[in-house]
Amino acid sequence: MAELTYRDAVARGIAQEMARDPDVVFLGEDIGKPGGVFKATVGLYEQFGPLRVRDTPISEQAILGAAMGAAMTGLKPIAEIMFSDFLAVCFDYIANEIPKTRYMSNGQLKCPLVVRTANGAGSRFGAQHSQSVENWAMMIPGLKVVAPSTPRDVIGLLAAAVRDPDPVIFFEHKSLYATKGEVEDGEIVDTLGTAKILRPGAHATILALALMVPRALAAAERLSAEFGIEAEVIDLRSLVPLDTRTILGSVSRTHRLFTVEENPRLCGWGAEIVSIVADEGFYDLDGPPVRITTPHIPLPAADVLEDMVLPTVERIVDRVRKSLEA
Amino acid sequence: MAKSVAAASAAKGASAAKRRTAKAPATGLETAQLLKAYRDMLLIRRFEEKAGQLYGMGLIGGFCHLYIGQEAVVVGVQLALGEGDQVVTSYRDHGHMLALGMQPRGVMAELTGRSGGYSRGKGGSMHMFSSEKGFYGGHGIVGAQVSIGTGLGFANHYRGNDRVAVAYFGEGASNQGQVFESFNLAALMKLPVVYVIENNRYGMGTSVERASASRDLSKNGAAWGIPGQQVDGMDVGAVKAAADVAVAHCRAGKGPYLLEVKTYRYRGHSMSDPAKYRTREEVQKMRAEHDCIDGVRHLLEQAGIDEARVKQIDDEVKQIVQEAADFAQASPEPDPAELWTDVLVEG
Ligand SMILES: Cc1ncc(C[n+]2csc(CCOP(=O)(O)OP(=O)(O)O)c2C)c(N)n1
Ligand SMILES: [Mg+2]
Repeated sequence: MAELTYRDAVARGIAQEMARDPDVVFLGEDIGKPGGVFKATVGLYEQFGPLRVRDTPISEQAILGAAMGAAMTGLKPIAEIMFSDFLAVCFDYIANEIPKTRYMSNGQLKCPLVVRTANGAGSRFGAQHSQSVENWAMMIPGLKVVAPSTPRDVIGLLAAAVRDPDPVIFFEHKSLYATKGEVEDGEIVDTLGTAKILRPGAHATILALALMVPRALAAAERLSAEFGIEAEVIDLRSLVPLDTRTILGSVSRTHRLFTVEENPRLCGWGAEIVSIVADEGFYDLDGPPVRITTPHIPLPAADVLEDMVLPTVERIVDRVRKSLEA
Repeated sequence: MAKSVAAASAAKGASAAKRRTAKAPATGLETAQLLKAYRDMLLIRRFEEKAGQLYGMGLIGGFCHLYIGQEAVVVGVQLALGEGDQVVTSYRDHGHMLALGMQPRGVMAELTGRSGGYSRGKGGSMHMFSSEKGFYGGHGIVGAQVSIGTGLGFANHYRGNDRVAVAYFGEGASNQGQVFESFNLAALMKLPVVYVIENNRYGMGTSVERASASRDLSKNGAAWGIPGQQVDGMDVGAVKAAADVAVAHCRAGKGPYLLEVKTYRYRGHSMSDPAKYRTREEVQKMRAEHDCIDGVRHLLEQAGIDEARVKQIDDEVKQIVQEAADFAQASPEPDPAELWTDVLVEG
């Protein structure tokens, strides 16, 4: 057992998989010698050498295209796109090429690759470096979408993503890199598509992802201490595959559904989940599902403004309490 | 009538020329231009130093990419531009805005995220604009501005005016796909765009040698017949002279032109970069032997400008920067209602 930062967990997860499988190669901008712009890949270049850990030019299309080509021949590339906002720069590969290959080739070809990317706000980086775009990936058939909230999950889900025969978009959260958690020694491999109930509760189900997980947990503690409301907090961990069984099971016990989403409101992942629950768990609900999201606006740079737009502990407490009281 | 620097240095004789052995004296800058170049470069340098201080004090957050070391590039090019020409650049944009005559206080207040900033805190250090000054941003996605600059040129060409667009980008950005797409488009359509590669030798922690197989970036447009030049970016006169050629080419309707300006950034990539990928000696050497502001000071001396005049400029710049910093701290926090304005057109 050791305490590890989320940042160091990234390097450990990649190292675990590279040590195990020589087909795993790692490429991206400033990931090798410089150790990553968020210092999440420090030491890998030294450990695995310049042939397996490759600094690339600033050429996102070439990075993902090359990762895809290599993956089609059986390599298992991990490609880093430094900020998730930049997925838009190479979106052809994300939307048209990588996810469609297995289907269009009748399963002859596959793309067993992982695209790691730093997602989310909290650093005052403004409209082009702070977005939560997990919903961009979720909307594309043929991709898996993962977003861990703890160091342990980073390692376990990254390992599962690398070993998965299909392409996985792996969203790390910028504002979680410095956070710490207990991680056991030895190999860790988790399972994609499994949500985790982090806190049981009978009155409300709160679904959260990545940075919103600690906020949902803090809100649940306050709801309990101040209002006697016991919220069940679920870390989704993966949007595709989505653990609908855990979600529907929880709603069948609590009868109320809340989502806490950092992505902008329109077409955020919570909208899809609300729709699924409306389809399959409608009669379990005692009230309208409530989505707590970032508003549908570009993200501002100024600290005071940024703090106003992301869902906060206060806002979660307030929305859950008012909805349950209504 | 202003006398040219070349004439002045000739008049002063060989000893003055010898003192400045690092580079050949810049040609063609008249005294008034030299004074303006000095003032603008110093303003950028002092402004950036102040921004760095405010960042250290926690008054600026997020990203903050300083332009220190590169001042001669934007100031030199600006001397070749005229009314109505347009400029677009990356996130390393403070220098460009100051050179275009945007208000230092409005820029600084955007850095501190206040309502008096050019974007009222919604843009931040990387994203400011001025339609009045022809400044089209301030872009955070590396390479994006190259195609946007091409579009500015497209509009000029369509309107049949003789305006020129300048798209600045780093040597790191020069490896992006849309750069080459833009080159082809601009060459094909003969668009009046000056592409300025600010080669400061690093893109974040990666040196140009490790990122580009091209050893002469000024030739990167050669496949499309785009003429290019390498320029000493530490010599404002040389930059201006090269930009004159580039701008004249564009104004004459001959299509785009490419400048690779060799420069250097003294600070880290952004305020959070300790710059461990290069030696302290490398930075010291550039500062000591090639500093662009030192260079202009020598030229001023050669041109016979007395120290009092130089001191006057120093004082004026100091005052402007202090005033900007005071304003940026006193300006109120943005109104929360601003969050919802200008997402789309109102009403
Ligand atoms: C599409 C995209 N990829 C990567 C980045 C991250 N990034 C920001 S600046 C930078 C280096 C750019 O270097 P260069 O073009 O040489 O400009 P400089 O910073 O030296 O002025 C990188 C990789 C980005 N902002 N956008
Ligand atoms: Mg550079």
